[in-house]
Amino acid sequence: MAVGVHKEATNSQPGLARTGLSDLSIRNLFIIPTIAFLACMNIFPLIWSLFLSFHEWRANLPDEKAVYVGIQHYRDILNDPAFWQTFSLTAQYVLYAVVGELVVGFGVALLLNREMKAKGVITTLLLLPMMMSPAVVGLFWKLLWNPGWGIVNPIFGLANDYAWLSDANRALWAVVITDIWMWAPFVMLLSLAGLSAIPKHLYEAAEIDRASWWFTFRNITLPLVTPLLLIAIIFRTMENFKQFDMIFTMTGGGPGTSTEVHSIRLYRMAFQSWDTGKSSAFAYILLIMVIGISMIYIKYLNKIKER
Amino acid sequence: MNLLKKLTLGILALTISSALYAQKLTIFWAEWDPANQLQELAEMYTEETGVDVVVETTPWPDFQTKTFTEFAAKGSSFDMVVGDSQWVGAGVKGGHYVKLNDFFKEHKVAETMTAGTVAAYAEYPQGSKNYYAIPTEGDADGWAYRKDWFEDPKEMANFQKKYGYKLDVPETWAQLKDIAEFFHRPDEGRYGVTVYTGKGYDALTMGIENVIFAFGGSLGDYATYKVEGLVNSKETIAAVEYYKELYQFTPPDWGDTFFAEANQVFTQGKVAMSMNYFAFFPALTNKKVNPHVAGTGYFSNPKGPAGRFAALGGQGMSINSYISDSQKKLSYDFLAWFVKEENQRKWAEVGGFTCNKAVLESEAFLNATPFNAAFKETMFMVKDFWAIPEFADLLEPIQRNMHQYIVADQGTAKEGLDNVAREWKEILKKAGYTN
Repeated sequence: MAVGVHKEATNSQPGLARTGLSDLSIRNLFIIPTIAFLACMNIFPLIWSLFLSFHEWRANLPDEKAVYVGIQHYRDILNDPAFWQTFSLTAQYVLYAVVGELVVGFGVALLLNREMKAKGVITTLLLLPMMMSPAVVGLFWKLLWNPGWGIVNPIFGLANDYAWLSDANRALWAVVITDIWMWAPFVMLLSLAGLSAIPKHLYEAAEIDRASWWFTFRNITLPLVTPLLLIAIIFRTMENFKQFDMIFTMTGGGPGTSTEVHSIRLYRMAFQSWDTGKSSAFAYILLIMVIGISMIYIKYLNKIKER
Repeated sequence: MNLLKKLTLGILALTISSALYAQKLTIFWAEWDPANQLQELAEMYTEETGVDVVVETTPWPDFQTKTFTEFAAKGSSFDMVVGDSQWVGAGVKGGHYVKLNDFFKEHKVAETMTAGTVAAYAEYPQGSKNYYAIPTEGDADGWAYRKDWFEDPKEMANFQKKYGYKLDVPETWAQLKDIAEFFHRPDEGRYGVTVYTGKGYDALTMGIENVIFAFGGSLGDYATYKVEGLVNSKETIAAVEYYKELYQFTPPDWGDTFFAEANQVFTQGKVAMSMNYFAFFPALTNKKVNPHVAGTGYFSNPKGPAGRFAALGGQGMSINSYISDSQKKLSYDFLAWFVKEENQRKWAEVGGFTCNKAVLESEAFLNATPFNAAFKETMFMVKDFWAIPEFADLLEPIQRNMHQYIVADQGTAKEGLDNVAREWKEILKKAGYTN
């Protein structure tokens, strides 16, 4: 059918056939290779890892036969108290980081949402942290948090033996603050986009009615910027849920297990212990969790849009 | 075709053919000084044979992961790997290492290299006389210390007054703790000791091992695979508790450190004693790196209630079984050159820690550096971690639980070691070693 259409098109408009690509050519040159690439690089590993999650197999012994164990890995993981401990830690990390990013990012956006000198330069400078590699940010902040030569302790007047990353009670906070530093600009960017899209006449009408700043913020600014804030929350929740590089370079999951979030535990299981079957099951459990959380957010976002 | 065109084409053809037929060997190792030294030695080989040898490196914490990921893919991005001693089992069982029995026989490797290094770096299973690596870099934990601080009359008098014995190189682990406590003066920016505390790979475990063996503790019975009652024996518990006591005399924020950090604070003149692998000591003899080079001394591990022991480091060079036959031939040629005594001597001269008996025992070697005598002494008291294919599985629980106790200050040594014993029992059972 596509061939027929193509022939018809080339017959009626011979000039086009010479200058542009036909639908058939586009399909053969671009769509099929893309689908084949995606199938090889995404879909096959997804199916293969699902297969492995029901088997006992180690990737460092590739010639050993995979032994079918059914849902044993899923059962072991879900019955392991360490999994739920890591889950609780990951949830805390995501909650603190996302709330922090939201407060800081939205706050800075409110400050920037006015006429001011060098606004463009300031906005660009504020965006710099999120343009860096998370691994570099982790290594950079590891130095800043160091009580011996870092700048954090002198700034806050803390003693030179006040450890952050080696202290089980403070390490998570250090990681959260670093994450907020890096990603609050992302929330700021989305918030600025939302704030600048609010029609000016709404504020003018509120001013005529002598509405207070709080009333204007609560009834005009916040409702109109909420959809974009929710998008920021979805992105940041998903990203923080699978955060790996920054935490890994800063603490390696330590001290002990005090910053060992799901992704680091998964890495150790998959590439240090080489428990490929079990780590595949672990990855699937995480995938289902991320999809579940995202669906809840998206449902809520749609409800807000309907309003 | 004019002459210029012919000439250009000729040069092009020559360039292409030489590029195609250039012989090149790639050796994969961790990113550290011995790898640079091996590169230096390899250049001598290139001069003699014309074969290019490149030593590619990756940071230590990723070394195991990257190597075995390449093996899992049956990749040939490197021809040989200078693999860690614990990897032998995994390398052999996975079919990643080429068996070198004939090579050993032909070049008398087992006879010319020290027995301990052959057993630890090359043989699997131990005692089987099946060999898969050429002992390359002998290594173990030792100590660098501030000799000038130890010999300061004022410090000596104060120490004598406080502890009742002379300040000197510690003979026992108890004395080492006293000295660490004595020199630990955070207000002056001086600290007593550095020990390994890293959570990645095997850092913390390698540090603790020194003490566990000296205290009469154990990491399990490597022959019967029994771990319960050994890994969590009262001796092992006491050793881990001791290590935690030492940890309090380390510099601030010392909770995730390994060899690089140890050398860094030592060269900054902040620490009295620094535990490290001998392979990292050459840097301390360089005045540009260590301004305190004249006041730096070295000693081997002190004794504990059960004697003197040191955690074995070091690596052997193995041929990747997934490379082509021609690359295997090139690899064999390089190894044959490498094991010759004169080249082992060159290896020691460029800074490598040779495992060749004759070179090790020579006066020239013992006097070549201020730490070679301590190194030789240490190589006769080494003990290693498990070398079975599941070594990485075993490392993870001990690293996690010991870090939890020593650095995170959560739980007790007994609780941590009970967890290790329980988890190890499961791993060994699952792998089919026990019922």
